[in-house]
Amino acid sequence: MRLQASGVKLGYGDRLIVDGLDLGIEAGTVTTIIGPNGCGKSTLLRALGRLLKPQGGEVLLDGKRIDKTPTREVAKVLGMLPQAPTAPEGLTVADLVARGRHPHQTWYRQWSSDDEGAVAAALDMTGLADLAERPLDELSGGQRQRAWISMALAQGTDLLLLDEPTTFLDLAHQVEVLELVRHLHQEAGRTVVMVLHDLNLAARYADRLVAMRAGKVISSGTPHEVLTEGLLREVFELDAKVIADPVAGTPLVIPIAPLSARG
Amino acid sequence: MTTLTTRSLRVGRMSWQIRLRSVTVALTGLVLLALLMVLSMRIGDIDMSLAEVVAGTFDVNSPAHFVIMELRLPRALTGALVGAALALSGAIIQSIARNPLASPEILGVTTGASVAVVAGVVASGSVNSGVSGLLATLGIPALALLGGLLGAAVVYGLAWRRGLDGYRLVLVGIGVAAVFTNVKFWLLTIGDVNDTGRAMVWISGSLNGRGWEHVTPTALALAVLVPVTLLGTRSLDALRFGDDTVTALGVRMNLARALMILAAVLLAAVATASAGPIAFVALAAPQIALRLARSGQPPLLCSAVIGAVLTTGADLIARTAFSPIELPVGIVTAVLGAPYLIHLIWRSRK
Repeated sequence: MRLQASGVKLGYGDRLIVDGLDLGIEAGTVTTIIGPNGCGKSTLLRALGRLLKPQGGEVLLDGKRIDKTPTREVAKVLGMLPQAPTAPEGLTVADLVARGRHPHQTWYRQWSSDDEGAVAAALDMTGLADLAERPLDELSGGQRQRAWISMALAQGTDLLLLDEPTTFLDLAHQVEVLELVRHLHQEAGRTVVMVLHDLNLAARYADRLVAMRAGKVISSGTPHEVLTEGLLREVFELDAKVIADPVAGTPLVIPIAPLSARG
Repeated sequence: MTTLTTRSLRVGRMSWQIRLRSVTVALTGLVLLALLMVLSMRIGDIDMSLAEVVAGTFDVNSPAHFVIMELRLPRALTGALVGAALALSGAIIQSIARNPLASPEILGVTTGASVAVVAGVVASGSVNSGVSGLLATLGIPALALLGGLLGAAVVYGLAWRRGLDGYRLVLVGIGVAAVFTNVKFWLLTIGDVNDTGRAMVWISGSLNGRGWEHVTPTALALAVLVPVTLLGTRSLDALRFGDDTVTALGVRMNLARALMILAAVLLAAVATASAGPIAFVALAAPQIALRLARSGQPPLLCSAVIGAVLTTGADLIARTAFSPIELPVGIVTAVLGAPYLIHLIWRSRK
């Protein structure tokens, strides 16, 4: 297990969102967490990436307590793209991606050839090499999201946590970002944990799905195992039909009506 | 990524990034500072030629020796050092607050120092009582330092809530500054007219009568704090991002923020203890440096150099523009700084 949450209690202040949850992430898999708004999926991802300290239980990274490991050491193995990240005004793509090298640098080692190589490689992999000198605010949404992913890639970690990497993107750009994720997984065997809203894309691009509701894991397994009509009713309160995706063969959700509409 | 404006310098396993434009700005600033220092030596009640200045500096028997070495040089040096410290402090705070209008005032340092000094002057009684002599030479800098640090502690304590948020810091700081300013005015109204007159000069920021006893502590503080802040440059750079990104990059966010704020507080407190709360240098110098160096955040060393240039230049104007009347340097920096502030706000509207 690369990442393991055991009995984690998560919340902000007095408000507990996740009360005792267990989840293991196996090496070399793409895991996608799904669930309705406010179910705690982003909260869980933030805890897995040590952005949120559990109020109870523990998160283990490669068998060690993540909150007891120096944050810089964590940053050398775990890259994280937060939800809707903000960058300073006027920052160029190259500057942003270079920031990913931070955990590897010291005051006397600020820009080694390793740093330069990692940044160039990250820009190549996301197809942004030509846009390196462009300010971030001039890019399209999809390009900008790829730039942020490049930053996480330049960090040189084989474990990536992506919090809603496709939000605010049109369908073509969503597919573009997810194809990149698949490429990262297949090329280098990276372990990826994502939070996604689109169930059909989640099913297509994940090895494993984790379905959450009200701070609890309701079901986890392969997309075929998890994405069933019964689960959609239980987790999303949605009456839906699940058919085989004619392109990928993965489950495809055809919504019918929310359960509440039936009284 | 090596860009046209950035060069990397590598020696063995060590490597640095150097922005040519920042280096140019800093060097140009230093040349300008040297010119202003020479001018400050030459111009005054008695104007001197360059030869007289050189003789006065190095020849103990020269008639100009006292004027140069005891009056003009320590005053100009205090101005340059204080300006550099204020600008550095401002650059740090603007980076952490992610706000170009932030300055040490919002950390409670300058306003806290003002309240302490005015309270000290008013409480020590009238000018003729004898206490004020001691207070003027030793008491005021110590009071200012204490008041500045206390003021910062109040702001920090009120702004802390499971970590430090830039916006919360700014809001709390503005509130506390308003309270302190009104306490200061209240003290001024109840004090003796002669005492409050002296206090007014101090609280507008003045370099008048500054000697080596002001140069030495400021220089020592800078010698310690400048390397500390430069070591923190990379953390400061990362702190400009959203909180989650900062942590994801492996920065100990609250520790880095607390250390950099502490450095900024100490810089501003020491500067204020030496010369009073000189207005606008901490606000304007980092923003000028940022625009000249065309960098994303206020470059620390450039800001310090620009701050030194601004303050030295402003004091030269304060000393000579309405001769024989001397203005407090803080009035000149405010008169120069206020239009600049308006300009900044105007630009940010667009």
